[in-house]
Amino acid sequence: MIAIVDYGVGNLFSLSSSLKLIGANAVVTNDVELIRKADKIILPGVGAFADAAKKLVDTGLGQVVIDEAEKGKPLMGICLGMQLLFERSFEYGVHEGLGLIKGSVEPISDFVARKYKIPHIGWNALTFKGKEKDRIFKYIDEGDFVYFVHSFCGTGCDDFLIATTEYGAEITAAVANGNVYGMQFHPEKSGSVGMKILKAFCEL
Amino acid sequence: MITKRIIPCLDVKDGRVVKGVNFLDLADVSSPVKLAKYYSESGADELVFYDITASAEGRALFTDILTEVASTIFIPMTVGGGINTVADFDRVLKCGADKVSVNSGAIRNPELIREAAKLYGDQCVVLSVDVKRVDGEFRVFAKGGREDTGMEAISWIKKCVSMGAGEVVVNSIDTDGVKGGFDIELLEIVTNAVNVPIIASGGAGSKQDFVDLFKAIPTIDAGLAASVFHFGEIKINDLKNELKKNDINVRL
Repeated sequence: MIAIVDYGVGNLFSLSSSLKLIGANAVVTNDVELIRKADKIILPGVGAFADAAKKLVDTGLGQVVIDEAEKGKPLMGICLGMQLLFERSFEYGVHEGLGLIKGSVEPISDFVARKYKIPHIGWNALTFKGKEKDRIFKYIDEGDFVYFVHSFCGTGCDDFLIATTEYGAEITAAVANGNVYGMQFHPEKSGSVGMKILKAFCEL
Repeated sequence: MITKRIIPCLDVKDGRVVKGVNFLDLADVSSPVKLAKYYSESGADELVFYDITASAEGRALFTDILTEVASTIFIPMTVGGGINTVADFDRVLKCGADKVSVNSGAIRNPELIREAAKLYGDQCVVLSVDVKRVDGEFRVFAKGGREDTGMEAISWIKKCVSMGAGEVVVNSIDTDGVKGGFDIELLEIVTNAVNVPIIASGGAGSKQDFVDLFKAIPTIDAGLAASVFHFGEIKINDLKNELKKNDINVRL
């Protein structure tokens, strides 16, 4: 069973539907016991980092996610859920994240020329990083397109980079630290390519 | 590199797609779910649904349709029509919409943009604006393009973006339905005025019109159309191949 952590941030309908379509048993939940019992965890999220980080602390779900990830359970953060895996974010102030991926979250506008529009919205191509293609990408190819919607991006995470995308600069698209994965794009909105990434995650 | 997006727009009334559609390979042409699936499979980058029903029953039917689309099609979905309050945002987001487009609702109450952006993020709030030339200036029209608000369009768009609209759909009433190409003059001015993604709407009659749009304004992000897609006059996969041939970056 895959637990999609429901901490009151974002729209989980497409995510749970997409997992259902590929035959996964996914449950949207804020139940600590259920999350601890799950085989895998997905941390979703859209909106502001500070609000989401606070909700993870207030509900205690952040600590549960950290505990389970440290036990080796596969975890995938998506979009803001990916950014929350980092140590800190500079989105309107400085805010602490879960610290499962070394690095920070900073505005894309700090890295790209003004002609690049913010948010970075649309389909962009993946470039794989690391010595070899990560197992999460085993069903897709370099250059495949995925759907991004974000104004902030992961930085200082070179050792954990598994994919980037080009948007006036090399932007962090995906990170991995052992069993912990982070996807800046939305696999659940990236058509068949996204489905193949979710399928590979389900098979971990 | 980011790709140019091609977006079919489906107007839905009482649970059916408005504008008679005519595909040889699609039996139930006015079923929003089937049409959405067809577009997704032929390479549409995103779908826009406008609810043009007035009745409560129609509205309930619309949200049922959205739910069904979002359970089967996994590309971004923007929803508009009758969005007047944050509760309306909530209603369609719960059905699987990714972005919500505001038009008349924002004209009546511009604060709606700020409130929604604060709750759901800028990326969720799409400003849709109907523009027409009146007395030598670009004017914002309301109520589906029937009513001149007297507001100058470029300053309205700038104001909405500063309040938190993360994307703008610019529909030119002057070129809409004419099928003589997009309104390059207007779109260029808007694109230079704000730094958020701009979606061109109104006037597409041929594949060449899309090529001309992206060649004339390299920084424009997307082209939206309805009837040329619904009538099968332009097939989305053919269009994207044509764009690719013209060195325009698309997702194939």
